[in-house]
Amino acid sequence: MLSCKEATLLMSQEQDRRLGMGERIALRLHVLICAGCNNYRRQMHVLREACRRLGGGGTP
Amino acid sequence: MELDRQSELNALRPDLLRFARLQLRDAGAAEDAVQETMLAALTGSHRFESRSSYKTWLISILRNKIVDIIRGQSRESAATSLADDEEGDALLDESLFDPRGHWLPGARPVSWADPEASFEQQQFWKVFEACLDHLPPKTARVFMMREFLGFETGEICKETGISSSNCWVVLHRARMGLRACLETRWFAGAGD
Repeated sequence: MLSCKEATLLMSQEQDRRLGMGERIALRLHVLICAGCNNYRRQMHVLREACRRLGGGGTP
Repeated sequence: MELDRQSELNALRPDLLRFARLQLRDAGAAEDAVQETMLAALTGSHRFESRSSYKTWLISILRNKIVDIIRGQSRESAATSLADDEEGDALLDESLFDPRGHWLPGARPVSWADPEASFEQQQFWKVFEACLDHLPPKTARVFMMREFLGFETGEICKETGISSSNCWVVLHRARMGLRACLETRWFAGAGD
């Protein structure tokens, strides 16, 4: 079972590379039962979107 | 027409400068990048097509200038000062996770209410930029290369001379720091 600390590293890496099958399954199981990490994962998407907009992809 | 362009360009200058400063962390280099961008925009303005906004177009020019500047800087300096940034990492971990690696109660990420509504507010972008500014300089540099300049992690390793596992960790630290800052300074208060 992944710890939250390990899960956060994977949630960052999934922004940059395709995770392996084992990593994807482990992460999926973890966020299913961990509300904090589930929130963290959504926040990673918000960060990416905010960066995209700040970089001219929208109108900040 | 030309005059309109020029005044539009002047009006956007502070935005460009802020963008360059965030990434280069060097006022002089940022100034140079913006200067060159404005020059390129004025001399090549026929190449601007209105399918994107003028600002987006300018930022794409600026982005290339910043990439050139980053490529011109030495790798060694990037790699050595990354080590300085890492000193705070262990401390950060202790403040977030218990010894088994689970969130400490006060550190557990909360749900961010309606990010889209936040994006609409000028104040949000001020906080966001302030949070970017608070990242350790070299960590911020790697993050900016990834998120704003569109580098793949392989290229970041090559340009900065750090290993790929180090690169994953640095990006992870940047995101961790940024989300904590946003949660504290923006989203935590939004639900009150």
